[in-house]
Amino acid sequence: MHSMIEIFLASSESGHSLVAMAYLVAGVLFILSLAGLSKQETAERGTWYGIIGMLIALAAATLSPDVTRYGLLALAMVPAAVIGGLLAARVQMTGMPQLVALLHSFVGAAAVLVGFASFLDPHAGMNTSEAIVHEIEVYIGICVGAITLTGSVIACLKLHGVMSGKPLMIPGRHLFNLAALIVTVLIGVWFVSGAVSSDGIVIDTTGVILLILATVITGVLGVHMVMAIGGADMPVVVSMLNSYSGWAAAAAGFMLGNDLLIITGALVGSSGAILSFIMCRGMNRSFVSVILGGFGAAEGAVASSDADQGEVIEISAEDTVGHMQAAKSVVIVPGYGMAVAQAQHALADLTKQLREAGVTVRFAIHPVAGRLPGHMNVLLAEAGIPYDIVLEMDEINADLPDTDVVLVIGANDIVNPGAENDPASPIAGMPVLQVWKSKMVVVMKRGMATGYAGVGNPLFFHENTRMLFGDAKKSVDGMLGAL
Amino acid sequence: MRSDTYEAGLQIAMKLGIPREVRSEERRVAVAPRTVERLRKLGFDVQVEAGAGAQANCSDAKYIEAGAAIVSAADIWQQCDVVLKVEPPSDTEIASMRQGQILLGMIWPANNEPALARLAAAGVTAIAMDCVPRISRAQKLDVLSALANIAGYRSIIEAAHLFGRFFAGQMTAAGRVEPAKVLVIGGGVAGLSAMTAARGLGAIVRGFDTRLAVKEQVESLGADFLVLNFEESGEGEGGYAKVMSEAFLEAEMKLFAEQAIEVDIIITTAMIPGRDAPVLITAGMVETMKEGSVIVDLAAERGGNCALTVAGEVVEHHGVSIVGYTDLPGRMPGLSSRLYGNAIAAMLEEMGGNEDFDIDLDNEIIRGALVTHGGEVMWPPPKPDDPIIAPDYSKDFGKRPEDAEEEDSALSTAKIPSGLLRSVATGIGAIATVGLLIVIGLWAPASFATHFTVFILACFVGWQVVWSVAPALHTPLMSVTNAISGIIILGGLLHLSDTSAMSAVVLGVIAVFFATINIVGGFLVTRRMLAMFRR
Repeated sequence: MHSMIEIFLASSESGHSLVAMAYLVAGVLFILSLAGLSKQETAERGTWYGIIGMLIALAAATLSPDVTRYGLLALAMVPAAVIGGLLAARVQMTGMPQLVALLHSFVGAAAVLVGFASFLDPHAGMNTSEAIVHEIEVYIGICVGAITLTGSVIACLKLHGVMSGKPLMIPGRHLFNLAALIVTVLIGVWFVSGAVSSDGIVIDTTGVILLILATVITGVLGVHMVMAIGGADMPVVVSMLNSYSGWAAAAAGFMLGNDLLIITGALVGSSGAILSFIMCRGMNRSFVSVILGGFGAAEGAVASSDADQGEVIEISAEDTVGHMQAAKSVVIVPGYGMAVAQAQHALADLTKQLREAGVTVRFAIHPVAGRLPGHMNVLLAEAGIPYDIVLEMDEINADLPDTDVVLVIGANDIVNPGAENDPASPIAGMPVLQVWKSKMVVVMKRGMATGYAGVGNPLFFHENTRMLFGDAKKSVDGMLGAL
Repeated sequence: MRSDTYEAGLQIAMKLGIPREVRSEERRVAVAPRTVERLRKLGFDVQVEAGAGAQANCSDAKYIEAGAAIVSAADIWQQCDVVLKVEPPSDTEIASMRQGQILLGMIWPANNEPALARLAAAGVTAIAMDCVPRISRAQKLDVLSALANIAGYRSIIEAAHLFGRFFAGQMTAAGRVEPAKVLVIGGGVAGLSAMTAARGLGAIVRGFDTRLAVKEQVESLGADFLVLNFEESGEGEGGYAKVMSEAFLEAEMKLFAEQAIEVDIIITTAMIPGRDAPVLITAGMVETMKEGSVIVDLAAERGGNCALTVAGEVVEHHGVSIVGYTDLPGRMPGLSSRLYGNAIAAMLEEMGGNEDFDIDLDNEIIRGALVTHGGEVMWPPPKPDDPIIAPDYSKDFGKRPEDAEEEDSALSTAKIPSGLLRSVATGIGAIATVGLLIVIGLWAPASFATHFTVFILACFVGWQVVWSVAPALHTPLMSVTNAISGIIILGGLLHLSDTSAMSAVVLGVIAVFFATINIVGGFLVTRRMLAMFRR
């Protein structure tokens, strides 16, 4: 196995250099692809860059002398392409979080498989240090791949509702995680020392068994880690797994000595890391505290202590419409509840009619609304809501005091004033949409249950707040009926 | 405690009695017909004295329509379990009450101690609607705010009636009319209501209050908030104003003297609980005002904010009319009765309605308003432990400046260790990084070093590029990265054509399979999503 750079620099085989050049072009196109996603206007072009880059890389690899079994290749690729196409065409936008998690798990699976294949492939002509590095690469690639695989599968099941979204808290879970990590490192040391001898790499059953053992342990670690994380922390988990899938790909690149894989893995890895960072900042929580999990269960007691905050005032769907029609400016704050109730299409109709009646309607999106970074934007886009009236928290907070009516639909913690002015609140310091500063807030909610964080929301008892109880979809339909 | 007659859970409707107010000037009635229905829904039987609402546009016919019975005064006082009144009960009224009877009305216990003693002696349970505590939960029972709102509005109407000009400025063919300048002293409910009404008529409005917290609300009404160059907040218990220091008062009086020369209309609403109203407008200031100007003194009943105010009358001094009406809400009897009745109904609801009727001494609202019970005077209620922050003045949940300062100092002390920790962590991280690089440099093969270089540079490129991605496109970003991380297919491709190890080939095929799903699925779903984003 040769390194691409070495080939590029030294090889006289023009075929390999050509492949290397193709990979270079593909790498640049991938970077341009991510850059294109910075704005809606260039996003579509960005996707094309990605597709072209992928096609170039695939063509170069397939035509290179390294790939010979075309029949087998077609056997693997054609059904997979059909499956991928069907998945992409069929998925509901509310189901995007699951799909993204599922796709992460595939990268994890591929990384594990490539790792094993890479170990089983006999390596001739490696000196000791090269062999050690290679075996470490294989080991890390498999471990990261296994965590990504099982973690993503659990995340997918949780997001799909097959598995409860509640955090699973086993006693001594931190200790368990720590033990699993230590054991993984020890097995790694054992594996590398056993697989490397003075004249290169030894492929034996012990090595395979150790690798399988490591896969199982890290796999269980991945399961446990995601099990301990609750529903609303999912944006962080999904972006973290996104990041891991990148690191797994990069590790595969290291073991194969393929720079395109390394570059792509690094791009994806840092992209996921940034998203995790943004999500954590949106919740004012550290990455570590999110990953350690269990949020929203321990703090449950807080909710009861402030139960006597006053009285909520109810409002009907008809009155809500009346207020919105009389308003100059309306801001709608969607949350995960909107996705659950599938209310986005009815909401889009409502928005359209209000806008036609001359009301300024805008949407305010909190960074962690929903279960995936940018989830709400996609749902609203799917419903046909123009993206230029969909604003980020920082863009709209300053306008809220001048807003006549704010409609909160299926959101709770992200509009909790306690985060700003109650230092004792478990979500204190979390940036929130300051809806209470507006002239009137209508909160659509199923009942008086607390949000994900288990924190009572003083917003509901605020004098400008009206509660519209019931299923979000039915309530919005009720409003449409009243229009 | 239930009224004696209705013990043992018998579902007999309690009788609510609404007598005609005895004082002839009082035009209001405790409950308007539209509220009668609400009371009946609560399970009560409603009896109204004939002609009780005649002066408030509430005819007996309307009461009958709403389901009330029209009875005589004697019936009300003798047969009803609960009597609903507006004004404090007269001695004759108290004399006709019986043991255990319940009275809801304005009682003003601080100024009415003899009446209180008589009510207690008669064994009447009296609930003073004017004593409802000012807490958020009790807002809908807050008659004082409701009536103050009406008084504020009416004060402007009275002023407009006496004032000889338009409020709004106008350019007419016959010449320019300058807008009226209105000064409202006090930014409580009445003051804010007066400002709103004056703004509505087009006047230039200035507001003043010792509590700086009111500034924002005054300005939100389109009025100017007058500020003294003096630091002292007048926020007292329950959101009411407190007594200010001498120096503050001096600065304040100077401001009023300056304003008096300039403005056409002054509305004063300054009151301090349990004291006479402070004199803010002296006779001298009145003399400096333009002829035809109007002062409406909403504190007339408590001595007045203007030195020349005569309670209940309009007096003229140097061409300035000084209105001292004490019945401003009563001058809009229909509306006052309606809002007052709603508060009464809310109180009866708070007490459990007909079914669960109870004088619950642990209920903060009921305890606060309860002035006599079981033969004893219950007023004043025990003080709550926490200072009450009046809901009306904390509109935006804002912290008061003092709180913010305290928090800042708390933060700054907490910051030091965490900052220290962070720099220690950064240091450790830097050392570890340098160590790792040395290890790689010393022992790793050259090919690894090259790949590692590419890897780190790619991480930085990724970091830079991804930060510019719009948050709205984060989901497409994830699906694109899903697709391109399918590049791991290259690993599968190479093993798939392996000639030496069949096991590697099998693993390679499966890896290619998964990676292909990712590539195709990821790109297609991204395209599908992006197609949805429409301007």
